[in-house]
Amino acid sequence: MIPPPLAGEPLVAVRNLRVGFPSATGVTRAVRGVSLHVGREKLGIVGESGSGKSVTGRALMRLLPGTAMVEADVLRFGTTDILGASEREMRALRGGRIGLILQDPKYSLNPVMTAGAQIEEALRAHKRIGRREARDAALALLESVRIRDPRRVRDAYPHELSGGMGQRVMIAMMLAPDPELLIADEPTSALDASVQAEILSLIEEQVDRRGMALMLISHDLPLVSRFCDRVAVMYAGQVLEELPAAELHRATHAYTRGLLECLPSLEHRRDRLPTLRRDPAWLAPRP
Amino acid sequence: MTGPPLTGPPGTAAPDGAPMIEVRDLDVRFGGNHAVRGATFRVARGETFGLVGESGSGKSTVLRAIAGLVTEWTGRVAVDGRDLGRRRDRAFFRAVQMVFQDPYGSLHPRQTVDRILSEPLAVHGVAEADARILRALEEVALPRAARFRYPHQLSGGQRQRVAIARALIAGPRVLLLDEPTSALDVSVQAEVLNLLSDLRAARELTLVLVSHNLAVVAHLCARIAVMQGGRIVEELGEAALREGRAVHPHTRDLIRLSRAIEAG
Repeated sequence: MIPPPLAGEPLVAVRNLRVGFPSATGVTRAVRGVSLHVGREKLGIVGESGSGKSVTGRALMRLLPGTAMVEADVLRFGTTDILGASEREMRALRGGRIGLILQDPKYSLNPVMTAGAQIEEALRAHKRIGRREARDAALALLESVRIRDPRRVRDAYPHELSGGMGQRVMIAMMLAPDPELLIADEPTSALDASVQAEILSLIEEQVDRRGMALMLISHDLPLVSRFCDRVAVMYAGQVLEELPAAELHRATHAYTRGLLECLPSLEHRRDRLPTLRRDPAWLAPRP
Repeated sequence: MTGPPLTGPPGTAAPDGAPMIEVRDLDVRFGGNHAVRGATFRVARGETFGLVGESGSGKSTVLRAIAGLVTEWTGRVAVDGRDLGRRRDRAFFRAVQMVFQDPYGSLHPRQTVDRILSEPLAVHGVAEADARILRALEEVALPRAARFRYPHQLSGGQRQRVAIARALIAGPRVLLLDEPTSALDVSVQAEVLNLLSDLRAARELTLVLVSHNLAVVAHLCARIAVMQGGRIVEELGEAALREGRAVHPHTRDLIRLSRAIEAG
């Protein structure tokens, strides 16, 4: 059993994380010195495609391909040093103490297993429980993610479920081993706006009720600010700005401001949308 | 800029004042799935018309029926005053072009931009391909160097510009846009939306935009139809949409959601 983190210590500590991918023409530096800490809170990581936000999340679970060059001064979950941990220790973290929800349940659920069987598998992999007990627990989990007809969904295959329903199943599976941290990487980008709001409030409710930490990775600034406590804005592998989510509209960095301003608005009519002028200075290494 | 030849031989074009697109009682069935149920609307020449709704509401299917990509439809579809059958002729494709959501999926991965842009010119027998390609690249603000690149060597925004250039290169009158910015970052979305409004104004294009995003549709379109369960449940102007003057409960729901997300 892994000891819980010391009192007052953040659950996740990242200092000077660097990730590079070697290619034929040199090394692509996807993450260039990211420092973050996450306590029992909801942290949003926003940025455009290629900003390094997903790679940062994957590095925490050591889920990057073997060719990736990962270095950090500190990369710690609880008391586990991620870079030094054994595969066995990592297996206890992945899907056990850290849950990961991905964008499209169509691809992240196993197409040849029923929803119920996948949740039971998650339970039995991380908890000492019997088959019958797991079956009952899976049903209870499906109920807790507000599925109205949990028995039908338990026996359904992923292709028989809608996108929103599939994402609920995914969430139920990730909640099964009672994780301490949930990493949600674009969990609602494949869903309709109305379903999006339902799924995010479901994640929020479960995170609050279970006292988990949440890392919400997304390209959608307004959405993240609505559901998180704190937001880190990433650009070209670095965190440019970190601020309380409620103060996003008061963001000072030109990049954050630019991202907010180029959104078309339903409320206010504009003939042209302001476009982002990328300042080369944003690429400079940050202290 | 003068427009290209009208659809069909001279003399068959509709008189001025006839709508560019007319869809009446359009029904589309895929087996047991009744995807579009009696959709009716008109789009005037040079107008931008939006179709909004959630996934499965039938909005993309309406667009694909106009484009001729869906053949199992009944009802009336007319472009430029000519009733269209299930099969479309070359003149139709010269006049009506489409841009899809995912530029990576809609561009041939093993063809260079040059080849991608040459194809419509060859199909329609357009002369001066070289000059046309250079002008098309300039028009969508792509560097000349992009001409001999492959799609995977371009960013998502550049790829969507190539898709737009391909749609425009033979000089269409109507552009059908299916979620053209949904796969793009918001900064790139702003650039592509600006590009589309500039091109529309410069070429007097008629646009039909399908999107789930109300803010995007209101930005580009003058008139908007809201779809739910295969039906058009409401049609309203851009100002009415912005001000929330909607009658149908589904439209009101969509507006409420969009406002909540915008408010953060």
